[in-house]
Amino acid sequence: MTITVTINGTSKRLAIEPGERLFELLRREGYMGVKTGCGTGDCGACAVLLNGRAVNSCIVFAAKADGGEVTTVEGLERDGRLHPVQEAFLDEGGIQCGYCTPGMVIGAVDLLSRNPEPTEDEIRQGLSGNLCRCTGYVKQVRAVQQAAAAMKGGGNDG
Amino acid sequence: MAERPEFAIVGKGERKVDGRALVTGKPVFVADLRLPETLHVKILGSPKAHARIRSIDVSAAEAMDGVACILTHENTPPTRHTTAGQGFPEPSPYDARMFEDKVRFVGDRVAAVAAETEAIAEAALAAIRVDYEELEPVLSIDDALREGAPVIHDEPDSTGIYDASRNIVADVDIDVGDVEAGFDGSDAVVEVVCETQYAQHTPIETHVVLSYLDSEDRLILRTSTQVPFHVRRIVAQTLGIPIRDIRVIKPRVGGGFGTKQEVLLEDIVGLVTLRTGRPALISLTRKEEFTSARTRHPMRVRVKLGAGEDGVLRAIEMEAISNTGAYGAHGLTVLANTGSKTLPLYNKAPNAHFFGQAVYTTLPVPGAYRGYGATQGYFPLETAMDELAERLGIDPIELRRLNHIRLDETSPIFEKLGEGREGVEQTVKSCELERCLQVGAERIGWAEKRGKKHRDGSWVPGVGMSIMMQGSGIPLIDMAAATLKMNEDGSFNLLIGATDIGTGSDTILAQIAAEVLAVPLDKMLVTSSDTDFTPFDVGAYASSTTYVSGMAVQRAAEKIRDQIFEVAASALGVASSELSLANESVVGPDGKSLSLADVCQRAMYESDQFQIAATASCVPTESPPPFLANFAEVAVDTETGRIKVLHYVAAVDCGVAINPVLAEGQMEGAIVNGIGYALTEEMLISSRGRVRNPSLFDYKIPGMLDIPKLEVILVESYEPTGPMGAKSVGEIGINGPIPTIANAVYDAVGVRLRETPFTPERVLRAIRDGSTA
Ligand code: FES
Ligand code: FES
Repeated sequence: MTITVTINGTSKRLAIEPGERLFELLRREGYMGVKTGCGTGDCGACAVLLNGRAVNSCIVFAAKADGGEVTTVEGLERDGRLHPVQEAFLDEGGIQCGYCTPGMVIGAVDLLSRNPEPTEDEIRQGLSGNLCRCTGYVKQVRAVQQAAAAMKGGGNDG
Repeated sequence: MAERPEFAIVGKGERKVDGRALVTGKPVFVADLRLPETLHVKILGSPKAHARIRSIDVSAAEAMDGVACILTHENTPPTRHTTAGQGFPEPSPYDARMFEDKVRFVGDRVAAVAAETEAIAEAALAAIRVDYEELEPVLSIDDALREGAPVIHDEPDSTGIYDASRNIVADVDIDVGDVEAGFDGSDAVVEVVCETQYAQHTPIETHVVLSYLDSEDRLILRTSTQVPFHVRRIVAQTLGIPIRDIRVIKPRVGGGFGTKQEVLLEDIVGLVTLRTGRPALISLTRKEEFTSARTRHPMRVRVKLGAGEDGVLRAIEMEAISNTGAYGAHGLTVLANTGSKTLPLYNKAPNAHFFGQAVYTTLPVPGAYRGYGATQGYFPLETAMDELAERLGIDPIELRRLNHIRLDETSPIFEKLGEGREGVEQTVKSCELERCLQVGAERIGWAEKRGKKHRDGSWVPGVGMSIMMQGSGIPLIDMAAATLKMNEDGSFNLLIGATDIGTGSDTILAQIAAEVLAVPLDKMLVTSSDTDFTPFDVGAYASSTTYVSGMAVQRAAEKIRDQIFEVAASALGVASSELSLANESVVGPDGKSLSLADVCQRAMYESDQFQIAATASCVPTESPPPFLANFAEVAVDTETGRIKVLHYVAAVDCGVAINPVLAEGQMEGAIVNGIGYALTEEMLISSRGRVRNPSLFDYKIPGMLDIPKLEVILVESYEPTGPMGAKSVGEIGINGPIPTIANAVYDAVGVRLRETPFTPERVLRAIRDGSTA
């Protein structure tokens, strides 16, 4: 079957296999910022925005994206400027190996779009499905707080 | 203690040099590179814990459309080797083959298929017919050591096994003084036995390798590894091809923690590529990672302490029995480290005895895991110290103060016990453990909280503490080299075999070089690691990178500085001894200066032309320990047995923190991993040896909701032998949570926990049984 989907602002008509997951489609199309850590919906490494909401693309059928809009981590920059969440992850040391980072950043962008001033508990709750084995999360939580502050100050709102 | 100089770039929380690529999702990991015609490789894992393969029939699989190559024991090199990526000669036995007619754990390699797609490869695996002659499995340490136990490695051609006929991989026994006399002369003696579980590293990126041939038909292995140079050597050995025919490229790696200090898959995809001429990719599923990658060594460790009324230790004995699973990778060295990284901490004890064995079982294969035996040793050691403090009526912090090693002191253990052989004598040249204890105790509120049992319904709070040391590399064994070369715009290529697996080593090594050469960090272009282009480094393990590779980088930078001075001296007409570096320029005595770009232009194009470049190496002669004081406040639910860690404080002496943000990050990540290991993480294994919870849903690693308020305090010292005064802190943090939480639980509810993880069931059972030691 063929679907029409806008990926990072570009509209595409793509042939998909029956049962194919959005994760496979995106990787096949060259969006290598979408990672895999489990394939079973348990780690968040494959998170992308589907119609503005973070989903684990490994458990979403590609067909579900038909007519929709997908944003991967590659699509967050605007005019050569990083998204405030990306800047904050760099500043606060929220990245070690960086393998969970795309999913974590997507999760944070989604969270801040729904809740621009989250408490620490709300951040932890909101990103509880994104596993990171390197950082211990301390600096990632701080990065989301910093991004929230920066976006409130009128930065790039993604 | 040596004074810390003023630094410009060292000591700053600079952004990671690879951060931008990572945060924008650039294709920098192994599997992000797509090559045309790539074959997909899948491995058939053994369904049996222990069996001989009577026959294997691949004809149906071979006949399938899209199957390109099948590997079994019948068509692969039989060379015995170890998968442990250690220095040569490896201290691990040569007890593994690529494939063998015997399998020794559920998940052991039986065959591999390379096909056009993953689905075809999977279908082909299912079509392989294997006739197994089942052998009796060996599912525990006791099972392995009993009289008449099945011999797991009965093959004649394995080497380096201590006693294969009794399933004993390694045996260590060292004595200092006379422990028996020490115990006889003690006023208080405590003895504890602790057991630790099967646990896994679970990097979010599993093991993944892409192989292909270059235009000269050399084998290129692009692999997610901690040890690129050991991969090259061991694959050459296993496949019987020259080292020069292999090039290993390590791109960004999605975490390692020890599991990627193992040559787990490179031989298989490499052989597929050599046989077919085509690129080949293998990427373990999470399930395969759980069933057939590496784990931590489960251990049973007994500690006996004797002390006088004054609290000073008279004798320490530690006995460790380690389960090294089906193969002996890291068996000896993890065992030895259980003693060598713990016992020198308490150097006031004049008598010490460490002994133990590592034994084969037909269970998943442990390997290197952050902490490397010390984690298993500190559990009984630090809980025994807690008990001893209570027995003597001394505050636990005070008992540590009376006994821990200090500046300018040594321990005979350093010399007696090393990396699976004798160690290296050393004295401690930097130690701020005293201050770590003080700062940590204040931050947790030790004086107010210890021993106060404020009940809050069924929840009871408590505080506990522990201390520890680790090392910085393996003295007289590790080696690192670094190359720097200069470009005509005043930038530098820093080429390092040191293996950044997410730790930030590219960044801190660039900071060291930039500091020496007085340039901003963006003038350092870092490449790590490529066996064709970067000099040798043993890789990322044993907390070696900051200390060992850092020193190689510092030396290379100093050599370059001398070359720059030579060029500038002739240009400026002054003696090179009068020159200094500042703001990307060479500055002369009279204020004359020459920019670094001009220096390189001159050397490249104008006069006495040469490439400003240098390579330097470091083989450390000692392994300065970082020190750590841990404090935890927990609450225990006496009705359900649940433990909540409320607050965790880790005060660590890391020498000079080259990059404090990254050093804190190493500690935070290690501590949270340690908390998971203490509370939830456990590979459950069936009575037939099968891993029952091979998913991130069923094997519970900490998420954001599971972490306590976590404070890491860098208590800096200056290590005179280290680069810029630094020591390494990659591992130490993971040792803390188990004993610290166990001691806090005792403070709360008065029961001693002896077995990890501290699940609600175990805690409840301890409360019901009143396990008070
Ligand atoms: S890969 Fe999709 S949730 Fe883990
Ligand atoms: S930074 Fe490595 S998994 Fe998060």
